[in-house]
Amino acid sequence: MRNKLFAIVLGFLTVSVPLMAHHGAAAYDTTKKLALKGTVTEWFWANPHCFLRFDVKDDKGNVVHWAVEASNPSDMVNLGWSKQSFKPGDEVTVTLEPVKNGLPIGRVVQVVLASGQILKGRVVF
Amino acid sequence: MLRFFFISTLALTPLLIVAAPERAHAAPQQIGSVTNQKAAPAPRHDISGIWDPGNGGIQPLGPAAMPEDGKPEHQVPYTPLGLETLNTHKPSNGTRSVLPGDTNDPVVYCDPQGMPREDLYELRTTQILQTPLNVYVLYQFGKIWRVVWTDGREAPKDPEPRWFGYSIGKWEDDYTFVVRTSGIDERTWVDRAGRPHSADLLVEERFHRVDHDTLELTVTINDPKMYTKPWVALNKLRFKREPPNFDVREMICSPSEFAEYNKIIGKPASGKDAQ
Repeated sequence: MRNKLFAIVLGFLTVSVPLMAHHGAAAYDTTKKLALKGTVTEWFWANPHCFLRFDVKDDKGNVVHWAVEASNPSDMVNLGWSKQSFKPGDEVTVTLEPVKNGLPIGRVVQVVLASGQILKGRVVF
Repeated sequence: MLRFFFISTLALTPLLIVAAPERAHAAPQQIGSVTNQKAAPAPRHDISGIWDPGNGGIQPLGPAAMPEDGKPEHQVPYTPLGLETLNTHKPSNGTRSVLPGDTNDPVVYCDPQGMPREDLYELRTTQILQTPLNVYVLYQFGKIWRVVWTDGREAPKDPEPRWFGYSIGKWEDDYTFVVRTSGIDERTWVDRAGRPHSADLLVEERFHRVDHDTLELTVTINDPKMYTKPWVALNKLRFKREPPNFDVREMICSPSEFAEYNKIIGKPASGKDAQ
């Protein structure tokens, strides 16, 4: 229920404020929000965009390799992220907007760490 | 090294510079401190400092005063050649954008932004230094600088094209510094939206020192081959002054980092290759 409410709020915010608006939205389905639990495999801290790779087990036990992009390091630091935010093996819950073509790619809305800390991926203008 | 240069530059200028109020910053910080006191008046003939435009400088859809958002008041006055050249540019943002893997935006592939785009896309914390002969403008994005000559020289009549052109600056009044840039390499896009320019492009920047802590920038595009009349790309974008010990972070386009991004995100997101 909380996720649903959160998704509705995010949906509203996405309409009124472009998400990471310095990057095009053409590839992403901005009407969808997925919240996935997984294990970090790589955290790439670089221009033009940082990205987080993590493995998600589906219902059948198959592992799906996801990759979500964030913004550039400067923007991410202002949002409280850092190069040390993740290491391989970390358990995370990632909320993302997926790409339209169905591949396991997306752009990050937020990440909840095992500690409960929330890192938001939204740049507010 | 930079701070030494900044201080020694101030010592060289013959005019009285109003000193910034003393702030207790032991460590560099990214967000400029907010002062509760009213800003001191603008010093004369001085736009030096570390200037933060905030998020207003990012300009994701194209320049702030003329974004590519489909609105009628943001219709750029193209000539037929201008429109034809525009259509060869495939940007990755704005209403004309293509998928990330399909863009031919040169900046995506780490080509220099050049002028005027360095003012019109990802304009971030900007450092300005003045010497008796010129003004240096140091940009965070791409970690590049420009030189604006104030020694009275004329712009070259037959310039060797440069990504950032050739800039001449003059004080129009005590608080307004006007820069004219010409000789810009045709490979650059005017902005993120892909507006074109010819070798004849003339860019005018007006830097206006509003008060001690505020700078405004206005950018006008003048290219009769591509546009039927000059148009304003940036209209009084405001910068706030950061303290002199402010650490400006790097934002550099690395080809290897971009290749990695494109492999994991850019191409798959465009449906080019499955992972």
